[in-house]
Amino acid sequence: MDTILDILSAVIREAISPGTAAVAIAVIGLNLHFGYTGLLNFGQSGFMLLGAYGFAISLVHDVPLPLAVLVGLGLAFVFALVLGIPTLQLRGDYLAIVTISAAEIIRFVGRLSNLKDLTGGAQGIQGRTYQPAFVDLSFFGDGAWTLAPFNYTDVADGAGWVRALGGLVFAACIVATVLVGRRLKRAADPTRTAPRTGLDGTLGKVAAVVLVLIGLYALFFAMPVTYGRSGVNGWWVRAVAWTLVALSTLVVYLLVRSPWGRLLRGVREDEDAMRSLGRNVFAVKMQSLVIGGLFGALGGMVYVLASTVQPDALGRQITFFSYTALLLGGAATILGPVLGTVLFFSARILIRESARAYVPDSIMSAQQTEQFSFIVVGVALVLLVIFRPQGILGNKRELRFNV
Amino acid sequence: MSETTIGTPSLADPAARRALMAGVTPEPGAAKQDPILKVDKIERRFGGITAVDVEHLEVQRGIITALIGPNGAGKTTFFNLITGFDKPSSAGSGAAWEFDGRSLSKTSASSVAKAGMVRTFQLTKSLNRMTVMDNMMLGAQDQSGENLLKSVFKPLWRGQEKDVEEKAKELLARFKLLEKKDDYAGSLSGGQRKLLEMARALMSDPKMIMLDEPMAGVNPALTQSLLGHIQALRDEGMTVLFVEHDMHVVRHISDWVVVMAEGRVVAEGPADTVMSNQAVIDAYLGAHHDTDLGDDEVLTEGALEQIEAEVRADEAAHEAVDEAKHDQQGDKS
Ligand SMILES: Nc1ncnc2c1ncn2[C@@H]1O[C@H](COP(=O)(O)OP(=O)(O)OP(=O)(O)O)[C@@H](O)[C@H]1O
Ligand SMILES: [Mg+2]
Repeated sequence: MDTILDILSAVIREAISPGTAAVAIAVIGLNLHFGYTGLLNFGQSGFMLLGAYGFAISLVHDVPLPLAVLVGLGLAFVFALVLGIPTLQLRGDYLAIVTISAAEIIRFVGRLSNLKDLTGGAQGIQGRTYQPAFVDLSFFGDGAWTLAPFNYTDVADGAGWVRALGGLVFAACIVATVLVGRRLKRAADPTRTAPRTGLDGTLGKVAAVVLVLIGLYALFFAMPVTYGRSGVNGWWVRAVAWTLVALSTLVVYLLVRSPWGRLLRGVREDEDAMRSLGRNVFAVKMQSLVIGGLFGALGGMVYVLASTVQPDALGRQITFFSYTALLLGGAATILGPVLGTVLFFSARILIRESARAYVPDSIMSAQQTEQFSFIVVGVALVLLVIFRPQGILGNKRELRFNV
Repeated sequence: MSETTIGTPSLADPAARRALMAGVTPEPGAAKQDPILKVDKIERRFGGITAVDVEHLEVQRGIITALIGPNGAGKTTFFNLITGFDKPSSAGSGAAWEFDGRSLSKTSASSVAKAGMVRTFQLTKSLNRMTVMDNMMLGAQDQSGENLLKSVFKPLWRGQEKDVEEKAKELLARFKLLEKKDDYAGSLSGGQRKLLEMARALMSDPKMIMLDEPMAGVNPALTQSLLGHIQALRDEGMTVLFVEHDMHVVRHISDWVVVMAEGRVVAEGPADTVMSNQAVIDAYLGAHHDTDLGDDEVLTEGALEQIEAEVRADEAAHEAVDEAKHDQQGDKS
């Protein structure tokens, strides 16, 4: 029993970690590229790395924090222009080739020993050299804090059944949310003829939100997590990271529901048709590339807030994780990137920890469980693309007309 | 638009249109009284073949001009060239065309559309994973909500969005697509997509609309009503240039007909004149273009056999010519 709880605890810690939030922000940007505009950007890690370098190096050189953020964003902006000007006029696949190589170039330049004074070479930049500027901003105070503050330990002396009850409520909420969500989706289908009932409209949306909130509380009630209030890896950085995730989601929502978002989808569907309607396709793609890239850079900065700037940590792998998370959650959906990222990283930890706990060392060493988790995730991605190509939140109807 | 046409009160009147075009000599490249589009020396070669080689062509403002010609005559390529989707091989050596007094020779496809010349495609380009309504909304020009900075503030574009939507609904109703407005464009039938594309092009209130085989795959009743619609657009002052293989349609609505063959403009004139032109009959229409092959009387054994024999003879002659050409090319290479 304890092993299971340990594993679950590790999964939850991973799910709310700043790293997960950082990748979620990058995936939100990638969603703008790939999901809405149809741009094959395989270099999102390059945007992240540039953001991280710009941010951290500026802070190391005592640049004020807001300015450091702007430096990181500025680098990504220039990077997007440099990538976009030659390739966005060409067919889509070229952008994929150019972005993946450009991201690798950035990584290798970062590793150069000639630049050791600036980027720290392959070792990277130590967190303690730039993190204080951010950590000192915390108004969360000292000491530790537990989420949720009122948890199972406060009821019946933390008996096992209270905890189990919390878990059950969580599971029930997930199931109920899925059911309500399905209903909402069916109701949104314009071709349906059945009359709309109670849960199909706004009420259904409110119900879904309430269910999610109750579910989350139940989860943290049964599995409370404790971190320092401030500090390098405490609640402060988590709060900032997830607030940024929420803000990014909101910005993308505002963008894609507008006529500008319609331009993006139009370009995704048919560039020539958009030209015949008097739209500057190149400008639209460039705007999308830049904005998605800025989200990537922001993600990169958040990524290094609780760790170090390590060029190899932000390599191709992160780009592919991002695509996996995006496809898992559902491309061209608002919440898909966040849901996909959280599930992807949680699932990986779940597999790794389970393998570590239950498979004897003689069969699989600790290092091998890490690799094993990637194998399972890869297989899961293949199955996902075969059986649910639209992702969790995606719209199956759209896929039928894939051209 | 009518105030710019010299001496004609309104082109809604058929007599006025006939009078307007009566002064134009029916020969290739004839000058028009008030051309909206003027094309000079455009040539497009694909490797060895010359798809388009137009010396001079003018399109009169405010009337319906039909562009006809055999398959592969270069009609679509010609459309592509003047709408900026293709570049002439003769660029830099005299190729020039102007629309509404503005040179378009160096303009991108999107600027051509913005200038007021909107086209449709022979192979329909619907935006499949978007709703019919969204397709239509993209047709409207100058939307402030398409500005990146304004787009996040809904109040800045809500009003305009409503207006555009109203207009889109009106057009969709006219094109019998209103019930489909929330469906994905990809779920429409081929003919419905043609209609959608035409309706979408009209969303921008173009000065001139260029339709590439608009009636292909559209059922007769709807063709009738669309023809009425196109005429109404003309009467409101829009210029229409369209490619069509259905001679009944061409005869019915066009005020002027331009015939292309092997890339060149071979004849021009009012529908009747052009269709009785022996060169046009030989190159395109065929001797029996006036005969309805569905008519019972034609289906008597004798008549049918006679037609078949003539067609065979015709094809044989063509093949002979083609082979001769091939041989020549073969010799060259
Ligand atoms: N991209 C291309 N590459 C090579 N040849 C081409 C290309 N586009 C068109 N052609 C050639 O140019 C000629 C004219 O083609 P075009 O499509 O303009 O004909 P069309 O008059 O529109 O015919 P249809 O009535 O069948 O639509 C054809 O011989 C065609 O094979
Ligand atoms: Mg054609």
